[in-house]
Amino acid sequence: MAESVKDQVIAIIAEQAVLEPGDVKMDSTLEDLGIDSLGLVESIFSIEEAFDISVPFNANEPEQSDFDISSVAAIIGAVEGLVAEQSGS
Amino acid sequence: MKRVVITGQGTINALGTNVPQTLEAMREGKCGIGPLEIRDVDRLAIQIGGQVKGYDPDTEFNRQQIALYDRFTQFTLLAAREAIAQSGLSFMGDLAARSGVVLGNSGGGMNTLDDNYRTVYEEGKNRVHPFVVPKLMNNAAASHVSMEFNLKGPTFTVATACASSNHAMGQAFNLIRCGMAEVMITGGSEAMLCFGGVKAWEGLRVMSKDACRPFSANRNGMVQGEGAAIFVFEEYEHAKARGAEIIAEVIGFAMTSDAADIVMPSKQNAARTMTLAMKDARINPEKVGYINAHGTGTAANDKTECAAVADALGHHANDLMISSTKSMHGHLIGGTGAVELLACTMALKDGIVAPTIGYEEPDPECALDVVPNVAREAKIDVVLSNAFAFGGLNAVLALRRA
Repeated sequence: MAESVKDQVIAIIAEQAVLEPGDVKMDSTLEDLGIDSLGLVESIFSIEEAFDISVPFNANEPEQSDFDISSVAAIIGAVEGLVAEQSGS
Repeated sequence: MKRVVITGQGTINALGTNVPQTLEAMREGKCGIGPLEIRDVDRLAIQIGGQVKGYDPDTEFNRQQIALYDRFTQFTLLAAREAIAQSGLSFMGDLAARSGVVLGNSGGGMNTLDDNYRTVYEEGKNRVHPFVVPKLMNNAAASHVSMEFNLKGPTFTVATACASSNHAMGQAFNLIRCGMAEVMITGGSEAMLCFGGVKAWEGLRVMSKDACRPFSANRNGMVQGEGAAIFVFEEYEHAKARGAEIIAEVIGFAMTSDAADIVMPSKQNAARTMTLAMKDARINPEKVGYINAHGTGTAANDKTECAAVADALGHHANDLMISSTKSMHGHLIGGTGAVELLACTMALKDGIVAPTIGYEEPDPECALDVVPNVAREAKIDVVLSNAFAFGGLNAVLALRRA
């Protein structure tokens, strides 16, 4: 049984934040977890590599992007959406 | 200390293949940014750039030269020929020994690297052309300028990312000012618009897919450019004695390090560098009529830079003009400060301030006179030219009307 999207995303974020996955809460923001702008683009890169998807994200206008990074739960939701949208193509 | 003046300038960039074409484009607010025409562009997420179009190296250089000259070296030599021709100088004897070259080059021979990595990795070949190393090395451009024009004094390359050219021109200024050189050929070049060069920038997610709109509220990132600009910096008495036309005087320079973050800019240190440049030039902020901004079109740079200008120039920040010509020629990385110095000399010599084009919506965090979209006539006495590089390395030049 493959890991769920949620578990994989949490593992990526935990690694970036240097935390145990158990310490990453669904309502945490990246700021809460101490992830800065470089950590964010590195996390997005890891997510793209892990799921073989392309994440639409421009650091100049994060609020304009379809990729919601407001919390861990939002990121997981966005990744699930992209996986569903981009798989099987 | 000796005074330093500019007696020649040359360029090739997305706006033109020489200075008159480039200045005309800047006056008219033309955009040199368009679809990239490079190999494998379909595999890039970012497909625009300020590319030099319609340029055929075979009309400028022979086969043996092309085997040794990467695109960044070709651009440098073309710009140097124009600049040195304008200066009217020829370098022999003692003048040759006391004249050198200092250039800003960040990437070096990126096209040479890209082509030869393809050869060994993609095509699986086990042999490359024998000149790969002398072609790609960062100092190749400075060395070829010294060879073509017989410049035997201090010659080297400065690589500080987006501040390379400003650092280089600062070194040229100081070498002449302290008497170590009589004439310095300076400026910078970059030719990073190849698959690997653009792909690397894509990774940072700071690039715009459509346009470079510095200071505009709807800006969405930077756009790469390519090309070169080269200047002849000359000791004032030397230039005067031979009756040379003086384009502008270089009066101050400052460089600092943020010592903080590898990519994020620092308002405090950007302001400190402008203040130090004005102090070095012995001028008050009220003298400054125009600032050529670093103005990359990223969210982070533009608001930080505007706040820094307000801090360094005080109330006068509201009375001066500041524009980013990157909106027209793109960001030439190591060569950018040199091409942008052309906008500075145009403001001083011709009384025309180049605009920030692509400006669509005011941003309250960039509430300065950014000369939106249309060039302006003004009598400008002193200009500053800003460069704030990745790595937190800042370099600001100050110039005065001749």
